[in-house]
Amino acid sequence: MKTRWLRFSIPLAVVPVLLLLAYGFWTNPREIPSPLIGKPAAKFTLTSFAGDPVSLERYRGRVVMLNFWASWCRPACYEEAPVIERTWQAYRDKGVVVLGVDVQDQDEAARKFIEQFQHSFPNSPDPGGHVAVDYGVYGVPETFFIDRQGRVRFKQVGELTDAIARERLETLLAEKP
Amino acid sequence: MIPELGYGATVAALGLALWGMVAAATGGRTGRLDLLRSGERAAIGVWILITACIALMLYAFLTFDFSVRYVAFNTNRGTPFYYRVTALWGALEGSIILWSWMLSIYTLIVVVQYRRRQPELYPWVLSVMLGILAFFLLIMTVPAPPFERLQPIPPDGRGLNPLLEDSGMITHPVALYLGFTGFTVPYAFAMAALIVGRTGEEWITITRRWTIIAWYFLSLGLLIGGWWSYHVLGWGGYWAWDPVENSAFMPWLTATAFLHSVMIQERRRMLKLWNLSLIILTFGLTLFGTFLTRSGIIGSVHAFTQGSIGVFFLAFLALVLVGSFSLLASRMERLRGQGELDSVVSRESAFLLNNLLLVAATFTVFFGTVFPLLSEAVRGTKVSVGAPFFNLVNIPIFLGLLFLMGVGPLIAWRRASPDNLRRNFLKPVLAGVVAAAAFRILGVGNAIVLTAFGLVIFVAGTILLDYVRAVRARRRSGDDWGAATWGLLRRQNRRYGGFVVHLGILVIALGVAGSQAWSSETETTLTKGQSVELGGYRVRFDGLEASEESNHFKVTGAFTMTNDGRAPAMLHPARKFYPQEQTPIAAVDYRLGLMKDVYLVLGDFARDGSQATVKLKINWMVSWLWIGGLVLTLGGALAILPDRRRPA
Amino acid sequence: MTPLLVAAAALVLLAGGPARAASPPAVNEETVHEIASQLRCVVCQSLSVADSPSETASQMRGIIRERLAAGETPAQVRDYFVDKYGPWILLSPPRRGFDLLVWVAPFLVLGIGLVMVALVVRRWRRAPSRVSPPALDSAVRERIRREMEELDR
Repeated sequence: MKTRWLRFSIPLAVVPVLLLLAYGFWTNPREIPSPLIGKPAAKFTLTSFAGDPVSLERYRGRVVMLNFWASWCRPACYEEAPVIERTWQAYRDKGVVVLGVDVQDQDEAARKFIEQFQHSFPNSPDPGGHVAVDYGVYGVPETFFIDRQGRVRFKQVGELTDAIARERLETLLAEKP
Repeated sequence: MIPELGYGATVAALGLALWGMVAAATGGRTGRLDLLRSGERAAIGVWILITACIALMLYAFLTFDFSVRYVAFNTNRGTPFYYRVTALWGALEGSIILWSWMLSIYTLIVVVQYRRRQPELYPWVLSVMLGILAFFLLIMTVPAPPFERLQPIPPDGRGLNPLLEDSGMITHPVALYLGFTGFTVPYAFAMAALIVGRTGEEWITITRRWTIIAWYFLSLGLLIGGWWSYHVLGWGGYWAWDPVENSAFMPWLTATAFLHSVMIQERRRMLKLWNLSLIILTFGLTLFGTFLTRSGIIGSVHAFTQGSIGVFFLAFLALVLVGSFSLLASRMERLRGQGELDSVVSRESAFLLNNLLLVAATFTVFFGTVFPLLSEAVRGTKVSVGAPFFNLVNIPIFLGLLFLMGVGPLIAWRRASPDNLRRNFLKPVLAGVVAAAAFRILGVGNAIVLTAFGLVIFVAGTILLDYVRAVRARRRSGDDWGAATWGLLRRQNRRYGGFVVHLGILVIALGVAGSQAWSSETETTLTKGQSVELGGYRVRFDGLEASEESNHFKVTGAFTMTNDGRAPAMLHPARKFYPQEQTPIAAVDYRLGLMKDVYLVLGDFARDGSQATVKLKINWMVSWLWIGGLVLTLGGALAILPDRRRPA
Repeated sequence: MTPLLVAAAALVLLAGGPARAASPPAVNEETVHEIASQLRCVVCQSLSVADSPSETASQMRGIIRERLAAGETPAQVRDYFVDKYGPWILLSPPRRGFDLLVWVAPFLVLGIGLVMVALVVRRWRRAPSRVSPPALDSAVRERIRREMEELDR
């Protein structure tokens, strides 16, 4: 009889819901895909901790690695800080520029951070968070890789490693200018 | 030592629970009393072992035993004493111990209460409860063992999440879990009834008090959660439609529906299938809530850690839902209703609508919570579903429920004649309309708030009408008002307990409506000596002070608040900097009042103390929520008193 | 209550003023609050930018204020955030396309539920009482009426 089987529709109806929940195991709710990939990187002009103006436009034609950090971001920013400096040293003569943007930080603590890791690339505070929001930053650390035409190509959420930095930079450097 | 002892106790408890489940079920099936008794003894053993686990863990906390990973991750040498005790349930593993312990206590109570009184159902109830206990013990053994050893033993622990260093932390999980686990008993009885074939009203009558008590604790847990959110999290609100808040709210909604629809089955023998489905759904939702909090599939302010625990919970949830509903489906023939109805306008219809609205609200909350997941699964885009959605859809539903709250208790069963309607509702309806008009004149423009106020007066009017009539009837036999009231409360404690609970809900509804309608806020940066004004209050920034606490660094602001004529008050909102936290935690300061709360949050500040950014909020009628909770407590207590009346 | 609300709004505007002495003509704080309440605070869970006490939210509110002061419409300000963060930043999905499902589904369920309740009530009404009541004399009928009235109370 039709009705005998119909009654089991309720236990069966539960199954798709359970499957959807199971799908949730494969996703990471904290990972938000960036809509900026492939789009022109937002222009900005900041004043570095050293007092010099830092403008993205000046570096058109070179590959830019834009790193957002903060001194209160433990442990990730502290683990990747040496990586950033190493990458800078390795690639500065190959047409790569590394820029650091310090978000929501205190001046003193930020300078201590830069001092601790001996960062030799331009680092600037971001008053008001304009640049951070312009890049859709929702946590630190985040690193953006911008190609020679000024387009955002990759976004690294979380700690950067030597391997990832190398891979991204090599890819962008290999492209025709 | 402690890790090994604790782990051993957990494994032993798991084994006992599994044995007890099988023994009780076999005892029930075959009638072998010796097996049943063995199952009982197993239940007692499980309780003893879990209590031992708790004692061991508490000892480890109090003696700073950082060889236990759980202790090291959740306290440090600076954690104050009472928080070392409550840290027991401060994180995932400990919360499962608490849950299991409560379940084991409830199982013991079931053993004591029902072994003689319900010989037919009892073995299966015991078996189901031990089976559920076994699952939680399995969690404690495999994916989330609380007694893991930490090597090498660290000199100091990480510390408790600073948001949990609060009185709300002590009570909120306890109340919530008492609620969640409480629904296991009606569920177990429902399963037993289905298995044994006694699908009448019996299982409902037996578990009536359990349902009310569990519902009460769940309500309390939700309210305390709101209070905690309000005075700790620093945003000045009490409910954010956060996924984990939602997951505790859903079983509350279905439990409320269940509470009401069982009244129909008791009086009119209808809705058997529906009631069984509702309790299965309620129990399933309590598991779903636990799953959501711990699996990490949906981000939330509450979320504990991830790991394989989510898989275990999902598997168990699947087993429970598919298994229970299949059992239900296979017993459908026994669930024919026996009642009749003469009119659409009747109490039965009102209760049906009540259930419909509550289930619709449950669906809304559920769908909104999982929609981001669905969106990602179907088209790969991440979207958010937040407060605007939930408020928009649920507010009309809640207003409808408010209305039914007034109609339900007074409308006649089977058929409400026009006469019955007029006698019971004319005056309250008029009162409601007049009240809404009065508020409109007083300047309330928001249509929703007006409707809410009008409905509250309407419902209060119906309760008052019923009460006055009942007391008048008693007075005819010579009682005075006091004696009459007391007699009513005592002899019709279910009905009047329900009324008092409804009154509590009304007070809460007023608080919600008022706080949404009239609250205001402002954010500004002040220099020393400068003031900000809002709603008749003036707050002056006097300075900042830094201090070193046992486990954090604190910057406290000094503010003087004046309010036309009253004595000035000092407010001290602070920002706390914990070494293990990335961003500072706001410690809000506030002055609570019956009608208005003043709420001050310290934001960014200049290092030299010359400037500070503050958010000042004047929150209206939030205290009514907590007062409503007190009224709810009274109503619940009244409702579960032993019946003075012999049923006719 | 209206005078109080108006005073509050005015004071909010005034309170915002002196602290930012160098800022352009006063932006309506209510509009800022409204836009902020539709955006999701990116570092919290489930809180809006309007409600969140975090530093990020404070900065975002500042950006909203600046953009409004520069002449953008609320819709443009919202679109700016969506361009940078994706549709996830909106606290409620737009009522378009697939997202329409979440807005419509609850009302659909409510509608289907109402239909089902109506069907159930009809079924209950149809169940006929098989026994026809015996004839009653008027005295009994009167007594029954009185007692029913008592019950109804």
